Amino acid sequence: MKKQTEIEGKERIGVYVCHCGTNIAGIVDVEDVAAWAEKELGDRGVVITRDYKFMCSSLGQELIEKDIKEQGLTRVVVAACSPHLHEATFRKACENAGLNRYLCELVSIREQVSWVHTDKVAATAKAKAVVAGGVERVIHHEPLEALHVPIHPATMVVGGGIAGIQAAIEIADAGFPVYLVEREPSIGGHMAQFDKTFPTLDCAACILTPKMVTAGTHPNIKIFSYSEVTNVDGYVGNFTVTIRKKARYVNEELCTGCGICQEKCPAKVIDDIYEAGLGYRKGAYIPFPQAVPKFPVIDKANCVFFERGTCKACQKFCPTNAIDFDQEDEYVTVEVGNIILATGYDLFDPRQISQYGYGRLANVFTSMEFERLSNAAGPTNGEIVLRDGVTKPTSVGIIHCVGSRDRNYNNYCSVICCMQSLKFAHLVHERTGATVYNFYIDMRTAYKEYDEFYQRVLEEGTLFVRGKVAEVTDAARLSIEEGKLIIQVEDTLAGVQRRIPVDMVVLSAAMIPRHDAHDVAHLFGISCSANGWFIEKHPKLDPVATMTEGIFIAGCVQGPKDIPSSVAQGAAASARVLGRIQQGEIALEPVRATVDQSICSGCRICNNLCPFNAILFHEDRMVSEINAALCQGCGTCIAACPAGAITGTGFSNEQIFAQIEGLMRVNFQHEKMTELA
Amino acid sequence: MKKYIFYPGCAMDTSAKAYNESMQAVLAPLGLDFEEVHDWNCCGATEYLGISTVPAYALISRNLALAARQTNGDRTVVASCSACYLNLAKADYYMAERPSLGELVNVALAEGGLDYTPGTLEIRHLLDIIINEVGLDAVKERVTHPLKGLRVAPYLGCMVPRPDYKKRWSDYEYPNELDRLLKALGAEVIDFPLKTHCCGGHMTQISPTTAFELIRRLISSADHHKADVMVTVCPMCQLNLDAYQNETNQYFHTNYKMPILFFTQLIGLAFGIEAKKLGLGRELVSAREALSRIGVEVPQEEPEVKPRRKKPTGLPMPKMPVNEEKTL
Repeated sequence: MKKQTEIEGKERIGVYVCHCGTNIAGIVDVEDVAAWAEKELGDRGVVITRDYKFMCSSLGQELIEKDIKEQGLTRVVVAACSPHLHEATFRKACENAGLNRYLCELVSIREQVSWVHTDKVAATAKAKAVVAGGVERVIHHEPLEALHVPIHPATMVVGGGIAGIQAAIEIADAGFPVYLVEREPSIGGHMAQFDKTFPTLDCAACILTPKMVTAGTHPNIKIFSYSEVTNVDGYVGNFTVTIRKKARYVNEELCTGCGICQEKCPAKVIDDIYEAGLGYRKGAYIPFPQAVPKFPVIDKANCVFFERGTCKACQKFCPTNAIDFDQEDEYVTVEVGNIILATGYDLFDPRQISQYGYGRLANVFTSMEFERLSNAAGPTNGEIVLRDGVTKPTSVGIIHCVGSRDRNYNNYCSVICCMQSLKFAHLVHERTGATVYNFYIDMRTAYKEYDEFYQRVLEEGTLFVRGKVAEVTDAARLSIEEGKLIIQVEDTLAGVQRRIPVDMVVLSAAMIPRHDAHDVAHLFGISCSANGWFIEKHPKLDPVATMTEGIFIAGCVQGPKDIPSSVAQGAAASARVLGRIQQGEIALEPVRATVDQSICSGCRICNNLCPFNAILFHEDRMVSEINAALCQGCGTCIAACPAGAITGTGFSNEQIFAQIEGLMRVNFQHEKMTELA
Repeated sequence: MKKYIFYPGCAMDTSAKAYNESMQAVLAPLGLDFEEVHDWNCCGATEYLGISTVPAYALISRNLALAARQTNGDRTVVASCSACYLNLAKADYYMAERPSLGELVNVALAEGGLDYTPGTLEIRHLLDIIINEVGLDAVKERVTHPLKGLRVAPYLGCMVPRPDYKKRWSDYEYPNELDRLLKALGAEVIDFPLKTHCCGGHMTQISPTTAFELIRRLISSADHHKADVMVTVCPMCQLNLDAYQNETNQYFHTNYKMPILFFTQLIGLAFGIEAKKLGLGRELVSAREALSRIGVEVPQEEPEVKPRRKKPTGLPMPKMPVNEEKTL
């Protein structure tokens, strides 16, 4: 299949059309595409065309390498799958044969042709057009060199829940420094609030606190608790992060964590964070006895001294004179090479579903309130009682899918609620002997030993009603309903409406993204979905990386998940970071935008559009400049620049126009061509 | 004065005279000016839509077409009755959502020289207008006789907040508008759990025992919460709960005496308007005792006047021999 013809250009181009088994060849006549390219594109410099069953196989790659060497190819076009999958493969093949890797163009005739069309003739014509576009474009490619940047060995982990703790410990154990930033006074996250963990029912504190202690005492981990990240500058390998250490009004050097300040503090407030609003804390407080670090915080908003100018009970009693009312917020700047975001989730506020009565009916509880209620260190010392604090319930209804799998709120499944509700059912049984009803839409008990736990709870006698609860009300119709909460539900298995009177209702509320998820995503220059979950680089094959180099995600920040999955992601993210650190430097794609400063008018339109904060503005010269290490080559600024001052390597105007011209070479005469338009 | 087009519906002049009287009495103090839709007709109430869709929508839309003609700048039609409000809103919504329906309805309207383009009018309930256009601050300013000490069960019924096509209500399952209004009038408002539950609608005609159960739930819950009166925003709710309360009591061997008033009557009282002008005393379960607690004297019920037989204008029917035999 060799053909040597008179060519206009000086380039010698090879075109390789992949069958991808039947993925492409089933719809596109690949032999015809190859033959057409050889015949029609010869004048553009195509000297060789081949079709092959699997171009990505080592034999396929060898074909290309051999042709480059023997035929003296200067450009390569591969018509196969999306560049997301195999661009790197074919670039590597070119490099092996001594051709600059950026002189290879991968055009997609699978995702964009064979998988989306059904008409074979039309699909084949479109494949030819796409190949012609690739050929025209590749002529204008330039040999490029990858950018190499060094990787700073330190890592920042944002969020001290179980995912963040795991990631921090893994990296620290490998011998590299970690900064662990936590918004609350102590690390531990939501897991520290739980009593038992499903399905093994081991105590959450027993398995979490050793890890907290490890993180707290590890020589390679520096914890910034009661702190938030306020600014992120730089790029992969070389981030400069500013942390605001909120004033605790406690000198950490002097404090021994004895807790006398907490004891003596006269201010008592509802603890909305750790106790989920079900318990109290003091104005000066350590959130829970096993807190790491052990230092208390004086909550300025609820401190008698800050309110009235007098009190200072804590200061008077502090044995080490550690209370410092003059302390101010402190800003600390650190250099890190990589960042792991593990900022977790918020709980859906069931007040939004007014018909479930949360907030109106005293004995309707959220799942997090129930966690505190059943926790031996909680406000009732683990006694499961009604809101009056003394009465044990004789019947409890647990409602699944509150705010999840519901088109009015969130379509997604919140993953943990079924197992969590089963755990609640077990705990109620064990501690009160009450009758327990679980109201579910579908039971989702996938993963190891989860379904066995479901069977166990079934055997314990928990009653399961399949149906979406319509209403929780205190409006009794019958005398047996008096004084109870009545759950109105359609039992879809029996096909009847039921009214079930209970003493207590627990709402298994959905996990939702943090309220400030969008701000955090913007701060770190990554993207989040419309509802606020951070977007991974690939949902299956790269779940902990993001589209921004050097920023990784772990745990519920990426989507609802249970403790084992969060831990796995924390460890996975740290493995990715460690790989980077070990390499010492990273090669960045040279596909970058650059500003021609002689044309730039300084309008700054591009400055705010850049999703990666890569454009800086020189006030003195009134021109914008793009930081090559930060730029990801997305092209947004190029399209937006009114002066046409920005160009991108790999996607210059000449390349785009040439590609369009190539696409136009195919005469779309077929009747189904409109389908493709 | 804010001008609106007003669709009264059949009940305002018949079973809900008290609603009409009290509404007319408070319009001016609230700064509202209502112009009735000329030559309006029945909205079809709750049944007709279930029987035959196109004629039902045509019946409703005739009112919209007439109202659209007299808009004169203001595009809002106000309905005081929940069923009328929902029917008008429904017609406007579905004519737009299903263009084929809109076309058919307009074919019918064209027979009468009318047409209606969905979206031309805003259809709103009187309560919505008072809350969102007049505003609670303006209402509060007018209150001269706060209803202090009167425990009120705010009852909306099912058709005002649902379906909430234009997202006008605070919450379609548990809206708080009526609660806020009554609080602004100085009343003690109970958190009425059944505020959006059904009053039975026309079940009183089709299956009275079903309706009695629905009525019982509402009244017993209000009674359980120690409400002095229940307040409604709908003529049908008021009629069902008031007129059938006695029968419901007989059916269940209960003895509830829950006065059912219109929200406009309480607005009038708080504004210091004379009870008689507000149609008080027309209710069948007397509000006399309940209102005496806040110093309002409800006028003595007028002595029962036997409804005068209409003078028969028709001609007598021929006697049928078969009937005669049977009666013997």
